[in-house]
Amino acid sequence: MSQPEAITLQTFTQGLWKENPVFVMMLGLCPVLAVTNTAMNSLAMGVATTFVLVCSGFLVSLLRHVIPKQVRIASYIIIIATFVTMADYLIQAISLEVYQALGAFIQLIVVNCIILGRAEAYASKNGPLKAVINGAGMGIGFTFALLCLGVVREVLGSGSLFGVQVMPDAFQPWSIFVLPPGAFFVLAFWLMLFAWFAERKRKGAQTA
Amino acid sequence: MNPGSATAIFLDAFLINNFVLAMFLGICPFLGVSGKVKTAGNMGMAVTFVMIVSSLCAFGINKLLVRYDLEFLRLICFIAVIASAVQLVEMTIKKFSPALFRALGIFLPLITTNCAILGLALFQTAREYSLVQSIAFSLGAGAGFSLALLLMAGLREKLDLADLPGVARGAALTLILAGILSLAFMGFAGLGG
Repeated sequence: MSQPEAITLQTFTQGLWKENPVFVMMLGLCPVLAVTNTAMNSLAMGVATTFVLVCSGFLVSLLRHVIPKQVRIASYIIIIATFVTMADYLIQAISLEVYQALGAFIQLIVVNCIILGRAEAYASKNGPLKAVINGAGMGIGFTFALLCLGVVREVLGSGSLFGVQVMPDAFQPWSIFVLPPGAFFVLAFWLMLFAWFAERKRKGAQTA
Repeated sequence: MNPGSATAIFLDAFLINNFVLAMFLGICPFLGVSGKVKTAGNMGMAVTFVMIVSSLCAFGINKLLVRYDLEFLRLICFIAVIASAVQLVEMTIKKFSPALFRALGIFLPLITTNCAILGLALFQTAREYSLVQSIAFSLGAGAGFSLALLLMAGLREKLDLADLPGVARGAALTLILAGILSLAFMGFAGLGG
């Protein structure tokens, strides 16, 4: 097998934090902003994207010596579209409610740049097992980011979490958070928080 | 206003349910290409053009797929059609207007992965728009995308000179701006009646 490097823990954790697709690389923001109005939707979207990432990573990696270089992007898109169609029908079969809440955004996973980016930058250069592990890491990192937004937006915007009320009765929901502007504000808030942590860490390293 | 009329659909896609600020489609170019007003204008133009072409193609393809009971192939067909439409537009522009081609540069091929285009095709299918309605929808969506992009670029050019705390620089600030713009656009709700 042509596996130049060993599979390390880093293959998996890369996508979780250091190269988190949303917070660090700012990729695939459309679904991040659009479907995170409840924690449940965020989770469903994250799982669907992870499924497509892992499956397409596996197939692209298997076919990496077969696909000619000139038509590789088109081939990747067709492979991704196949798995997205599968995910689309699966979600429809499992929960019609979630399917209706996510709407066209499940099918829009096709144009999520994280997936094509992984196929091009990672799966086409590494063995199947490695591609799967890396895809899973990226997918979980993406789901984590979606949940970060979804939880904040649902708790503040409707006073509940996964549909269960968590805020006291007297709490007046800030409905702005479930509306489109709230998505932008919450993501901006998370980015600033991470930037602040990074800054503090850098300063700490300098003084030490 | 009759909600099915072409004007109503145009206004809905243009202002009320603006593709970028209310539906979150095409966020990547919105954040990436909104640094300068001039490039933003060019990008808006290119996207509008591709939207109209791919909307027409998607309309035809969908008719064909429904006729032969092949709806499950819809997604694969749409994405293939959009990729070839972008290629076609690229070659046409290169042939007839080399100046415009140079101005658009790398943005043209990148339009393929702009989710606003695929979103447009999917939404017009889901809502079962007629041909005229589809054209109005794609015009409105394109105009809305360009408007949002231009507004954002104008604001960002001014903000380059502002004195900001370090953590808010870059993406976070752009997102806050987008949030405020999105708030403003919510004021258009109810315009269509």
